[in-house]
Amino acid sequence: MIVELLVEIQREFKDFKLEVAFCAGDKTLGILGPSGSGKSMTLRAIAGLETPTRGQIVLNGRTLFDSKRGINLPSRRRRMGFLLQDYALFPHMTVAENIGFGLRHLSRHEAGKKVAEQMARVQLQGLEDRYPRQLSGGQQQRAALARALAIDPEALLLDEPLSALDIHLRSQMEALLIETLSAFRGVSLYVTHNLEEAYRISEEIVVISKGKEIALGPKEEIFRDPRTFTVAQVTGCKNFSRARLKSADEVEALDWGCQLRVCLPIPEGMDFLGIRAHHLSLSDAGGGVNTFPCGLIRMIEGPFRMTLYLKLLMPEAPFVHHHLQAEITREKWMSLKERPFPWYVRLDPERIMLLRKDSANG
Amino acid sequence: MEFSLAPLRVSVETSIVATGITFFLGLAAANWRTRTSGRCGPVMDTLFIVPLALPPTVVGYLLLLLLGRSSPLGKALESLGLQVLFSWPATLIAATVVAFPLMYLSARGALEQVNPSFLHAARTLGASEWTAFWKVALPLAWPGVLAGTILAFARALGEFGATLMIAGNIPGKTQTLPIAIFFAAEAGNMRQALAWVLITLGIASAALVAFNTWGRRRRGTLSGTRG
Repeated sequence: MIVELLVEIQREFKDFKLEVAFCAGDKTLGILGPSGSGKSMTLRAIAGLETPTRGQIVLNGRTLFDSKRGINLPSRRRRMGFLLQDYALFPHMTVAENIGFGLRHLSRHEAGKKVAEQMARVQLQGLEDRYPRQLSGGQQQRAALARALAIDPEALLLDEPLSALDIHLRSQMEALLIETLSAFRGVSLYVTHNLEEAYRISEEIVVISKGKEIALGPKEEIFRDPRTFTVAQVTGCKNFSRARLKSADEVEALDWGCQLRVCLPIPEGMDFLGIRAHHLSLSDAGGGVNTFPCGLIRMIEGPFRMTLYLKLLMPEAPFVHHHLQAEITREKWMSLKERPFPWYVRLDPERIMLLRKDSANG
Repeated sequence: MEFSLAPLRVSVETSIVATGITFFLGLAAANWRTRTSGRCGPVMDTLFIVPLALPPTVVGYLLLLLLGRSSPLGKALESLGLQVLFSWPATLIAATVVAFPLMYLSARGALEQVNPSFLHAARTLGASEWTAFWKVALPLAWPGVLAGTILAFARALGEFGATLMIAGNIPGKTQTLPIAIFFAAEAGNMRQALAWVLITLGIASAALVAFNTWGRRRRGTLSGTRG
């Protein structure tokens, strides 16, 4: 059977317009976007909990929604497992009743067997008669996952399933989700605003911003070459400068007051360049390509990594609080901190991303 | 005048049946209202709640107009051979109309408080709107719905003005406890009035205790939310 979900929908409000079109196969598709970008609304529309203004949704050859043909299958007939951010376990039902909720059409015996199967799959045996409030956050999450999978869905929709969990539970749940998703034979969509989560869990990524789809492709490609300013921003890039073409392989970074050697080809209509904070390298020796003297404005200490706010010591650099934000390991910081100023920051040409301003089609 | 238990029977029957009717009508209206965002919502709201804001005599007067012989509805009823005014159905109608807003308001408030996530989850799990309502929304809204039911019952039991206007004071048929008490006291028959007052106190207290026990049992699994 072909596993495929085609989505091409528009939803119009007075002050917001959602417009997305993508296709998901058996690889997990991550929907990445800042909060309020319309990513959860997209998921709800696919699940049939929200009606798009126009467009169509087709799952494995079955039309779920088509505005032109007047088709709008109700949620209950779409066969989609939906894992919500707040789990939404029914508080008045036990864990077993929750998981069995979608199995009411089966005989008692069959439903019971299925519930037991699902409980075992998420390692909740023995907690059948507990109420959701008697479970830990991780157990609630697993119960919700079991409930969504119990109906044998054709697609699995996950709406920020990890965001309500403590950090140590999160990595456990993430591992369980990755395992579940890789075993799941069907379409799976994973909505998140967390770029690392999106990268770790999904294989393909759609980036949504302000209701518009601005990038779509394999995750490696999107993170390596975001192409537009907003995609770079959503995928976590911290350093941006307006850019102007100087020569065949050089651009001028207007906000940093320097000229940078870049890798070819330079895309048409480039307006910005960007470099990720962890791609900047620091040393106390000058010389070399794209290496500039800098001063340290401020340092924020993390448990494993340091964030340094740097000011470029270039005559043309505009007067601002800081120009660059660099992220280095603690070890690197230890070896660096005693060195005299100026330090030197290197912007590796391979790592510089040449970006267009946003365009609707990304 | 000989003491009779007829007003007790009329009152109990009227309040129970009126509470039953308002329970379902109020839930249906509240459920409909929580799903409607259109312009007719606020209009219907006013219509549903207005009996609460009006003096009972005004409600009685309007019901007289609505059910009287000169109205289309009254004519239709008459041609079917149904005598509504000044019969037990009129008592029931008066009690239902005044009790309805209390049930509607409480149920609406309670249903609006139900987190839509639960309903979303129910729908994606294959539940019809009917199942989602009875199995998920109603149990979660139960405390508020129960409060509405108690209020509706209390209001139906205490109904006086509108009942007197459209059902009158027919012993054994439309004479409820409040009406019996009023006429007994008017006639200076204070001992009889006191007997009915005590009976009314008894039913009201018993009903409240019963509702509360029932409600607590149903709500038992609901107390406390997710940890």
